[in-house]
Amino acid sequence: MKCGLEIHQQLATKKLFCDCPSELRDEVKGRVTRILRPTQSEMGEVDRAALEESLKKRKFVYEITDNSCLVELDEEPPHELNREALEIGIQVALMLNAKIIDEIHVMRKIVIDGSNTSGFQRTALIAVDGYLETSFGKVKIPTICIEEEAARKIEEKDNVVVYRLDRLGIPLIEISTSPDMKNGQQVKEVAEKIGAILRATKRVRRGAGTIRQDINISTGQGRVEIKGASKLNMIPKWVDQEIERQESLKEIAEILKNRGAKVEEKIYDLTEIFKDSESKIIQKSLKKGGKVLGIKLVGFKGVLKQGKHRLGKELADRVRVIGIRGLFHGDELPAYGIGEKEVEKIREEMNLDSNDSFVIIAEKEEKAILGLNKVIERAKIAFQGVPGETRAPKDDGSTSYLRPLPGAARMYPETDIPPIRIHQEYVEKIKQRLPKMPDERIKEIAELGISEQDARQIVHEGMDDVFERITKKYGHPTIVARAIINGCDAIDYEEIFKNLAEGKFAKEAVDDIVLRACNGEKIDKIIEEYGATEDVDNIINGIVEEKIDLIKERGMGAFKPLMGLAMKELRGKVDGKVVSEKLKEKIREKIETT
Amino acid sequence: MEVNEGDYVEVITEKGNFKGVLLPKPKFSDEDIVIIKLDNGYNIGVIPKEIKLIKKAEKREKKKKLKIEKKNLPTVSIIGTGGTIASYIDYSTGAVHPAMSAEDFMYAVPEINDEANIRANLVFNILSEDMKPEYWIKIAREIKKESEKSEGIVIPHGTDTMSYTAAALTFMFPKLSLPVVLVGSQRSSDRPSSDAYMNLLSAVKVAKTDLGEVVVVMHATSSDDYCHIHRGTRVRKMHTSRRDAFKSVNSKPLGEVRDEVKFYGKYKKRDEEIELMDKMDEKVALIYYYPGMSEEHMEYVLENVDGAIIMGTGLGHVASNLVPLLRREIRDGKVIGMTSQCLHGRVNLNVYSTGRNLKSAGVIPLGDMLPEVAYVKLMWLLGNYDREKVKELLPVNLRGEIEKRRFLE
Repeated sequence: MKCGLEIHQQLATKKLFCDCPSELRDEVKGRVTRILRPTQSEMGEVDRAALEESLKKRKFVYEITDNSCLVELDEEPPHELNREALEIGIQVALMLNAKIIDEIHVMRKIVIDGSNTSGFQRTALIAVDGYLETSFGKVKIPTICIEEEAARKIEEKDNVVVYRLDRLGIPLIEISTSPDMKNGQQVKEVAEKIGAILRATKRVRRGAGTIRQDINISTGQGRVEIKGASKLNMIPKWVDQEIERQESLKEIAEILKNRGAKVEEKIYDLTEIFKDSESKIIQKSLKKGGKVLGIKLVGFKGVLKQGKHRLGKELADRVRVIGIRGLFHGDELPAYGIGEKEVEKIREEMNLDSNDSFVIIAEKEEKAILGLNKVIERAKIAFQGVPGETRAPKDDGSTSYLRPLPGAARMYPETDIPPIRIHQEYVEKIKQRLPKMPDERIKEIAELGISEQDARQIVHEGMDDVFERITKKYGHPTIVARAIINGCDAIDYEEIFKNLAEGKFAKEAVDDIVLRACNGEKIDKIIEEYGATEDVDNIINGIVEEKIDLIKERGMGAFKPLMGLAMKELRGKVDGKVVSEKLKEKIREKIETT
Repeated sequence: MEVNEGDYVEVITEKGNFKGVLLPKPKFSDEDIVIIKLDNGYNIGVIPKEIKLIKKAEKREKKKKLKIEKKNLPTVSIIGTGGTIASYIDYSTGAVHPAMSAEDFMYAVPEINDEANIRANLVFNILSEDMKPEYWIKIAREIKKESEKSEGIVIPHGTDTMSYTAAALTFMFPKLSLPVVLVGSQRSSDRPSSDAYMNLLSAVKVAKTDLGEVVVVMHATSSDDYCHIHRGTRVRKMHTSRRDAFKSVNSKPLGEVRDEVKFYGKYKKRDEEIELMDKMDEKVALIYYYPGMSEEHMEYVLENVDGAIIMGTGLGHVASNLVPLLRREIRDGKVIGMTSQCLHGRVNLNVYSTGRNLKSAGVIPLGDMLPEVAYVKLMWLLGNYDREKVKELLPVNLRGEIEKRRFLE
């Protein structure tokens, strides 16, 4: 059992090969339509996957945005590689103990699904042979690359795919680990640790879609890639369920072999049986002129859906990706409005033995045949166990079939960009300015007077520098921490604590001020409201004058009751400590003068 | 054992050992670097301490050529000349070659074989910027030769100087019995997004029509939707990199190509026969006037030429202190024509006194003719006619290069 990770993180710089900003846009300024074709490769062959894509004869529409120029449109050669992005890449590589390549060559990785206007993604290997320390030992990081982000897919219908150019060209760092992880928890730990290192540079983009994790899982047979497994907390579930799925597929393969099971390619027309079916899906399909077609799965009974065996879902997934929903198999029927009688008739028609099963599809004839052929193809693979494939993660912890694994990437040099020499002195310079590793930084922040948990949160949010600066100037570490953790990124915490230190309001008011500031109110206006309402001295004077008899009677003993009166009026507006000091002084003054 | 490019090697470095295919070094890599292609496809440059041979490069088999059957279709000749449309990359080494046999086009864009029976040959293989008049003559002779065997000519050409070649060929054929279509690409054909496919296919379609002119066929827009057909004496590359860089200047394109060829209006039909006048006087200069241009400089440029085209400012001017010099040169027998840096619009030497002085000095105003076209035309005229005839024909419309009426578009 082996798991590896591939992490893609967007960098907070301008785009990788032009001067466009990296923020996504909603406004579309224009559109162009393009066609991509596979090119002849070195051996006079064309990549098979590339060819299949082009055979779909698809047209690509690219939406032009404010943050895209002729470079994204493939109408101008790329500019030189963004040095700031490269520097961040080298920084991360050094934090991952990797070795920086002496001369970096930008490559073109052929991708003709339209996500790149050029038909290739520009990518460069910048470092090799790194590692990450974890609770279960070192995890190797064989390669670190800098590459350009693909265009954003907006919609796909018929033979037209619409992409937006706003995302195309945003710099990405790609970090690949060796398959050194053994379970979901370990994968999660590595994802978290690498994420923390990336954020420690403070130069990566944050927010939804700016970091993507792909997980590779192999239990000895086909390699499965879970693409876009971005929710960290879900990773253990996805991995563990995938391992279970793979184990189950291996068992199924054994069962099928032992039974001498086989897949028959004959397609049966069962439409007659369903003439008066109560199944809504089938009725709907028949009304549109569809048919009910089926195939026989000899010896498949019980592996399609029984206990932890779920081969039926694998079959259904293969036709779902071509838009077929009306697939039923023997292990799940009778159900869904399909009665026992109909099932009996199917078994009769196909001449099924007790160990045999079947799959039926209700669809237009042509599509049903296409679907059943996909089912036959997948059912045959079941004898071998786990096929290599790309799967999509789902919110319930399961995954579903997406597409076959891509073939080996076809790459050739980007001749428009000269190679970049990385001199050792430059690497040393970056090395000297490396940000602290996340764990070290958490410890440092905690030592300023807050819990490690809060320190972790503050570092995670990238607010550690802000926290450190404010606490060192104005104190109140726990209050500053709470404000930052509960508050939003965009407000000026320093202004709040500077005013607190000047006694403009009481520390009890901090939470309220932060909340209101995050809702868009101006900080100076809020503080004015707190501070300007009453003059502290006036209130204290008033109380002292009013209760002069009590002071005469008890001396300093009058402090406590008077303090209660003062706070009644000033609570939340002025710090209690300030009130207490002022009050004590006033009482002392009165005692001395009377 | 000695290691060579293409061998599978292990490079020992201070940063570890790397296995991969040894690649040739591009000129812009540093001296101490060797470049290898790793198993994962990436190229990297490393500083070697030692290079160990693991496996010698295998001799690569030649590509098997597809057999293309002759169909009952018109014959179109492709005359290859080089340029971006013909450049391709050697994937194992990463080097870009401007060489591609004309035949390769047939395999790169198999659709053209459904349009015509293709005859293909390469007359030379050069980059567009290295084009010169002697090559125009070579192409022209090849066209004449091919005209006996085919119904149309397609000439893949580098885009930088394609409009000069188009103009030269136009003048060299007073009679043309078949379409001559120049075509190029702004994205090389080794890229999935290359504009070469649509341009070449469209060019072949135009080569099958009844057109009797030299034209340029290139993308009309940034989209892969249709191509424009530009008259050879009206076309100009107006952008350094865009697909739709080629525009008809001072006139509309002749037509467009989508699935079918559509002409917008009048065009010259095929002549019964072909006539080639392939002499060119290369002693002609194209002079871009700029403020501050000295008499010495102008005199120097004019010293060894038989004629010159000036790209003047605005309506067709140069500084007035240059006028006496031009008057002298013209009196000495040089032919000097005036065009405008504005490109759009006509020159007019009657509006300002400098213009009138230039005219009286003998400078010939060339209407709305493009400067590069005028330059080529003057070369051709000087090559084939005496001075008086040259002066008479230079400002006269011969091949659609001058239009008397201009409209607001």
